[in-house]
Amino acid sequence: MIGLEHYLVLAAILFSLAVAGIFLNRKNVIVLLMCIELMLLAVNFNFVAFSRFLGNLDGQVFVFFILTVAAAEAAIGLAILVVLFRNRRSIDVDELDVLKG
Amino acid sequence: MNFDLTHVWPEIFVATMACIVLVADLYTSRRDVAYWLSLLTIVGAAALTLALPAGGRELTLTDTYIAEPLTDVLKMVAYGVVALVFLYSRDYLRERDLLKGEYFVLGLFGLLGIMVMISAHHFLTLYLGLELLSLSLYAMVAFDRDSSICAESAMKYFVLGAIASGTLLFGMSLVYGVTGSLAINEVAAGVVAAGSTDIMLLIALAFMLVGVMFKLGAVPFHMWLPDVYHGAPTSTTLYIGTASKIASFALFVRAIGEAFGGLESDWRDMLIVLAVLSLGIGNIVAIAQTNLKRMLAYSTISHVGFILLGFIAADGQGYQAALFYTITYVLMAAGAFGMIILLSRAGFEADELADFKGLNQYSPWFALIMLLLMFSMAGVPPLIGFYAKLAVLAAVVEAGLTWLAIVAVVFSVIGAFYYLRVIKLMYFDAPEGDTRIDAGVGMRVVLSANGLAMLALGIFPGALLALCGTVIPLALR
Repeated sequence: MIGLEHYLVLAAILFSLAVAGIFLNRKNVIVLLMCIELMLLAVNFNFVAFSRFLGNLDGQVFVFFILTVAAAEAAIGLAILVVLFRNRRSIDVDELDVLKG
Repeated sequence: MNFDLTHVWPEIFVATMACIVLVADLYTSRRDVAYWLSLLTIVGAAALTLALPAGGRELTLTDTYIAEPLTDVLKMVAYGVVALVFLYSRDYLRERDLLKGEYFVLGLFGLLGIMVMISAHHFLTLYLGLELLSLSLYAMVAFDRDSSICAESAMKYFVLGAIASGTLLFGMSLVYGVTGSLAINEVAAGVVAAGSTDIMLLIALAFMLVGVMFKLGAVPFHMWLPDVYHGAPTSTTLYIGTASKIASFALFVRAIGEAFGGLESDWRDMLIVLAVLSLGIGNIVAIAQTNLKRMLAYSTISHVGFILLGFIAADGQGYQAALFYTITYVLMAAGAFGMIILLSRAGFEADELADFKGLNQYSPWFALIMLLLMFSMAGVPPLIGFYAKLAVLAAVVEAGLTWLAIVAVVFSVIGAFYYLRVIKLMYFDAPEGDTRIDAGVGMRVVLSANGLAMLALGIFPGALLALCGTVIPLALR
């Protein structure tokens, strides 16, 4: 029987993978965008699992909003990526170092 | 089901007008139309907010939306600040051929996001307001699309902002699991019931706190701040440095202060660490900067440390001090970035410290305004910045954390160095290069008023401080 904890562990693993991907990735900005999507999907997993096991629909409604916002976010992220590529002719993460934070 | 729209008219008005501005801009080649319509929108929204029936705490839109005196005050400050941003931005954008209607539309949608966050009483509304603001800001940072440095800082802002939102959401999902609700008053009740022995709730608190601190820019979640301030067009930096700080204040008050009121002793310890780090790193690293925008970014981090001190006190007095500090900081930052815009012109950004050399010789009046702003940031009496610091320190001492107040004072003395360096450059060095100031009359008048307000509010701080005290809701006292 698959219980709530299985879903939560899976969501936590996906979330950790996404965060690790963002910080370890040294190659490509598109992979960063994929990691961000993965992060939001891990959160959705949590919401749906809790919603199912609490018998409360609020969580599933929240998921629809997150999916919508994630689409808008991806659109802006890709737009910035295009601007970046037009200016630099490269989307390497390593080359984002003109500003030193 | 309560669906009363009375208190939501300002939001509806701003949303409608933002769409109208977007369409109107398509049908005219005059770029000023969008600018004036946007200012008109802000004035209209302010009038609508003032016309609202005053009263206690009212929940509407099936309890996802809250109206109370605190929301009205925060919204009025947000209107004022966004109007200042638009006023300062117009000449700057025109000189760089960036004066497009979209800039003001994005600014208005950002304002709408701030308003929704201020009035959010449900994690969903809070999240949507936050994203509306963030997405508008990402686009505004990348607005100068031929600039490689803008694109780089927009990308960094986007990635780190998305991580912050993701972390905040992950925390929200765990809170939902523990308390079974997303409405802030029900979450607060659930948190009290679960208590601080619930491990999942503590993990949720940590995640949400990280998300909120990312948005506020507290150390160690500040990495994006200097790069974004430096790389963005100065008019956008002005927006991020001022208006979005009001949103961050609201975000903290709702997501941590109210929802996690029952776990106050747990998040207080975490905040103490963040506040000390922010004060230390912000003030010390700012000394090493040669770029004024970067210097102001690190100074923001140290001011965030001060705002956190108010949250640490976590009682009526603490929140009052934090609100007072946020409002005064936002006004000071608007003036300081306004000065950079004033001195800049086409092809010249005026964002290096050296660009302020000898300002007193060719513009004694604006050197004086900058002097007022810098002294106010450093906390020199009788300017408003002094009273803001005093209020926060008094709240911290009252809460029994005298050592923390001493640490804060020591770091702000260190911080005074880099503010005084700007003044030294303006008054005791010889000007270099071209010394024209191209700014229009409107900009000069508003910026002068902004600088003099530091002095006027500093001489009469009582009214604003008392106002901040009366609007803090009972739930936070």
